[in-house]
Amino acid sequence: MTGEQVAPPEILDLSLLFITGKGGVGKTTLAASLGLLAAERGRRVLVCAMERAEDLSLALETPELTYRPREILPGLYAMAMDTEDALREYLVVQAHLPPIGRIGAVADAFDFLASAAPGVREILTIGKLCYEVREHHYDLVIADAASSGHFIGHLAAPVGMHELAGIGAIGDQTRWILDILEDPSRTGVVVATTPEETPVTEALELCERLGVVTGVPLAAVVANRVLPEMFGRRDAALFERLGEGDLVDALARAAGTSGEELGRLFEAARLSAHLRSREVDHLDRLRSGMEPSIPLVLLPMLFATADGLAGVRALAGALEDELA
Amino acid sequence: MSPNAGPGTGFLDLGSGVSLIVACGPGGVGKTTTAAALGLAAAVRLDARVLVLTVDPARRLADALGLSGIGNDVSEVPASFFRDAGVKAKGSLSVAMLDASASWDHLIRSTAKSAAEADEIIANPLYRNITTRFSRGHEYIAMERIFELVQTGDYDLLVLDTPPSQSAVDLLDAPERMADFFSSRLLGWLTAPLRSRLLNFATRPFTALADRVLGTQFLTDTSRFFLLLQGMYDGFVARSNKVSALFQSPSTAFLVVTTPEVIPMQEAERFLGVLSERKLHLAKVITNRVLPASLVDVSTRRLAERLATSDVDLSTETPWHDLGDKAAIRRVLGAIGDNYMNFAALAGMQRILLDAFAKDHHEAIEVPHLLDEVVDAANLLRIGNLLFEDASL
Repeated sequence: MTGEQVAPPEILDLSLLFITGKGGVGKTTLAASLGLLAAERGRRVLVCAMERAEDLSLALETPELTYRPREILPGLYAMAMDTEDALREYLVVQAHLPPIGRIGAVADAFDFLASAAPGVREILTIGKLCYEVREHHYDLVIADAASSGHFIGHLAAPVGMHELAGIGAIGDQTRWILDILEDPSRTGVVVATTPEETPVTEALELCERLGVVTGVPLAAVVANRVLPEMFGRRDAALFERLGEGDLVDALARAAGTSGEELGRLFEAARLSAHLRSREVDHLDRLRSGMEPSIPLVLLPMLFATADGLAGVRALAGALEDELA
Repeated sequence: MSPNAGPGTGFLDLGSGVSLIVACGPGGVGKTTTAAALGLAAAVRLDARVLVLTVDPARRLADALGLSGIGNDVSEVPASFFRDAGVKAKGSLSVAMLDASASWDHLIRSTAKSAAEADEIIANPLYRNITTRFSRGHEYIAMERIFELVQTGDYDLLVLDTPPSQSAVDLLDAPERMADFFSSRLLGWLTAPLRSRLLNFATRPFTALADRVLGTQFLTDTSRFFLLLQGMYDGFVARSNKVSALFQSPSTAFLVVTTPEVIPMQEAERFLGVLSERKLHLAKVITNRVLPASLVDVSTRRLAERLATSDVDLSTETPWHDLGDKAAIRRVLGAIGDNYMNFAALAGMQRILLDAFAKDHHEAIEVPHLLDEVVDAANLLRIGNLLFEDASL
């Protein structure tokens, strides 16, 4: 990256990161990898699944995650957000009510009401993340957040709530939550995408709406699963020439193999080049649609890596290379 | 046709009575394209009025079908589209988008006792919030809209592209949940503050708690809203039950769309479990983005390894003497060797997942990589043909 005026803080130096993006682009693996990398750098990290907690437990190869954080690897804690638990904690810790063992039916009712009332659920869940930041329980809190469709609505809730007068105790809580959310030295949104048409379009829409609807800073855009370039321009021309019929046969003889097998290699290389050129177009569109000061981090496609912790480690390795 | 019919029973054979196909699956697997391709192929092959209902404006799909856009109102794909694509359609194809807000309004208007009551509900600030945020709201309204379209009798086959569900169960549970909500004591509690100034003892803990957290004004607004909604109780429950019955009927078939990756395949598996538990009719499992079989060839892989390690003698023959230095040729060959191994690993993993899935569950229809990415008439027809040929018409 060149020509930045004010370099934004390195994303891993922030205290609160929200990872969002279109469904299926690898948000959860990215959240886990960022967490792992930060933990390896000696920070105390909490990764929180805001929804679909089973994805995070699969990525970290750990049994079902709970609201109570668990240390998965040294310095890396993980939890699953739960509105009811967040409410219970809120009532005790912040509203100073005596602990309620089972709020049962009342919680069911509250759950529905929280779905209906503007921003109640988000104040509780996003508020929980901010609370961990405020109390310095962790150096870094990473939220594996909702996908792009719902994310802005969630993040905008504290703002909307703050504007609604007389809405009760939770409304009063919003000021300090917003102070944390809107502070670019503490909080940042990481928009994940892949170099494909719809994910890039959604990523750009999200970046724009983030600025318009909320005051929460954008920290970086991460393009995941980018195909590596096979060769440079001169070699690409040579590749074209080598792929012509007569040469393939000669090469096959030299390699002591059939033209058919070598042909498959060329076919795979053409497929890869085709995919790559399409990706480059999407990445160009992404870069030119973004604010120049926002870093665009490209993470390579990790072909051979299994899912789960091996995948998380491999991606953390790639991140290590990209984030100085 | 019996529910849970096995593979190859011709789910698109309208003679068998299937008139609604619900495409389900995780987000980002190409569900909309699959649903559209299926609808298109059906319209081409069958003497049937086909409707595809998408969940978003699907700009590219509209372009591909020669429509200016896909909106809440049904629009028919023009004859020129089929002509330009070089096919003769026996039936017709229409497309519409699911507009959750518009559909909710419509539902309220058709269920409310009077226009005035409907107006008051729709004007309530909580209403929008509920219809856009209530976690099962989207699923429910998708089900509701399709029910309404089935009722019109204007279509022989409907293909529903569903919103990505938090979990598959949410989708199927949506109508029942909605009915439960309306018949629950919860609604009673929510409306209690307005019905009686003297709070019932049982409701006190809840109202005290809610008051503490939310504030009194907010509670009063909420109560008013739910009191209005309660008036629609009978209508809502009756409709929800009908929607449930539609999805359980043998004329409805579920299509599970996924991609050969670990998490999407697990999600597909979970959904299959839910379908069989509920004795719902599975039509087919479709996996998009399957890499070509030429990438999992053992002897080609061996060659790729040799090229990657520069183990090729270029000295014996010389048709490449004019191509530059041999080092460059070795470099290119090494790169294509590496590339093949990369893709072979990916394709190999896909194969393992697909084979394991076929062994444990169903043979999935495999749609090649790339086909679903470029949405145009030719590709939609190609995918549609794939889906149909497997359906043993």
